[in-house]
Amino acid sequence: MPANRFNAFTDYGVGIGLRVPHYDHILSQKPVVDWFEIISENYMVGGGHALKVLDQILDQYRVVQHGVSMYFGSAQPLNREHLRRLKELTKRTNTPWLSDHLCWGSVDGRYTHDLLPLPYTFEAIRATAARIREVQDFLEIPIAVENVSSYAEFHESEMTEWEFLNEVVHAADCGILLDVNNIYVSSQNHGFDPMEYVNAVAPDRVAQIHIAGHSKFERYTLDTHDHPVLDPVWKLYARAIERVGPTATLLEWDDNIPTFDEVHAEALKANRYRPEGNADALPLPMEEREEVEA
Amino acid sequence: MTLLEFQRRMAEDVSRPLTAGFMMQEVGPDGSSVAESVANYVKPNGRLSSFERLEIYNRQYWFRLIAAVSEDFPALNAMLGPKRFDELILNYLEENPSTSFNLRDLGAQLPSWLEDHPEFTGAHLDLAVDVARLEWAYIEAFDRAAMPPLDETDLAALQPTSVLALQPHLQLLALRYAAEKVVLAVHKNKPDVDIVSSAVIERKTSRQVRLPKPRRSLTYLVVHRYQNSVYYRRIDRGAFLLLSAIREGKPLAIVVDKAFCQSGLLPSARAKKIRQYFVHAAELGWLIANPA
Ligand SMILES: [Fe+2]
Repeated sequence: MPANRFNAFTDYGVGIGLRVPHYDHILSQKPVVDWFEIISENYMVGGGHALKVLDQILDQYRVVQHGVSMYFGSAQPLNREHLRRLKELTKRTNTPWLSDHLCWGSVDGRYTHDLLPLPYTFEAIRATAARIREVQDFLEIPIAVENVSSYAEFHESEMTEWEFLNEVVHAADCGILLDVNNIYVSSQNHGFDPMEYVNAVAPDRVAQIHIAGHSKFERYTLDTHDHPVLDPVWKLYARAIERVGPTATLLEWDDNIPTFDEVHAEALKANRYRPEGNADALPLPMEEREEVEA
Repeated sequence: MTLLEFQRRMAEDVSRPLTAGFMMQEVGPDGSSVAESVANYVKPNGRLSSFERLEIYNRQYWFRLIAAVSEDFPALNAMLGPKRFDELILNYLEENPSTSFNLRDLGAQLPSWLEDHPEFTGAHLDLAVDVARLEWAYIEAFDRAAMPPLDETDLAALQPTSVLALQPHLQLLALRYAAEKVVLAVHKNKPDVDIVSSAVIERKTSRQVRLPKPRRSLTYLVVHRYQNSVYYRRIDRGAFLLLSAIREGKPLAIVVDKAFCQSGLLPSARAKKIRQYFVHAAELGWLIANPA
């Protein structure tokens, strides 16, 4: 939904991921960008250049935090030190909501640094929802969980991925970061209809949408974030916007990163599918915006 | 299978060492078939077997970790050459899996691990260890915290019983070679590691550079951050001992004694030296209040 309790009743438009190769351009040219998404872990350090750049960005732009290592689906207790440091960063950024993935990636204190898919079981729903609630309570900001792309399915699964997603966010009472590229990638790898997925997602819980590029290989499709968004993904995006309204949207581009202008222009194509957006339009400058407070 | 049992099993397969050709191993360390074990929990599809589906994760696990550590040790890579370096990194990672949520911490044990593994460095063990220590010190100096430094008033109020501390970003090194010459010769262009997509397609190879061959000579270095840039600064033995004692939390009277252990300097010269050390450290903002 455009503004709902899962994105703290904000009404953000189209943003891009803040990436190191663009730091200089952003700080020197000050381009008009509706918002930036940062990878929390890159700024969970004691000090130095990254935090200095972040502070300068925060002076001029709206920033939302996105994490890659909370592993909501892990079967073991949360890492308290991780949570404490994440909260410290949320105080710095004032992120209105915070997202991480519906996946697991560590066990017995060892980290894979990957976003591993869960078996879609009732046990996994309970465990994941409990962890999301715990994080939400500790951080005191709304959480949105993102569907990941995957390359494997499991015998243990008792439902579809979209049923699992809906069950988890309902049980945790949290939001969804709907990644339509991940839906597409997984649909190619697992042979389901991606439109059925988009049509099934609880529309009132969508806090944010991710778009990205992927790579198709002979026998599988990889979520590579190194290309422009492909047509079938735009189709899913259009349908998602139709169902949930013009929701905060973010383009992820993480490898073979082109110039800032190219990435931004690709992101702004999303406006073609947004009712109030005119094609490729730049967002309003900061001072002309009306902020909606929670 | 409980969720925890499932995750332990899959984590073991995902992090299983690859074959020499960077593919998933077909036989486990106990002689069992990996394909059979994987087929027990991963479904095949029309194009890929259970084994092949998990192999995507297994390869990506290694490519991601190798890439992350390699980025932190470009000079060690240049010094040993890509073949030996890759082998070293693989062995390091097999023995030191990640125990931090942050990929940044992955290389922390590499210098000390390398010290115990001369088989990867040939005749250049000491230099390789020095280079690795220096490269890790760079990472630490780059993003560890900076606290408000002591000012002149604070310094004037110090007593022999006072306990100070050093900036968290400041790294103290006693090296056997002037390894900074090697590190500085390698072009520094360290991009941050972002993982948001769950894919790494190919391993990135690094290019070769011509390296200086420093002679063996005791080298004391401070690696520190100043206005968001990292610097290597040579110091003498006395300064090294003094700063080390401060880091150990010793009171100033002992810090001063330590600085001149086995030194032939006369007491009057010592007082002058001590003043120099403190003025220098204070100017660079290295000294902070004891956080305890
Ligand atoms: Fe995403």
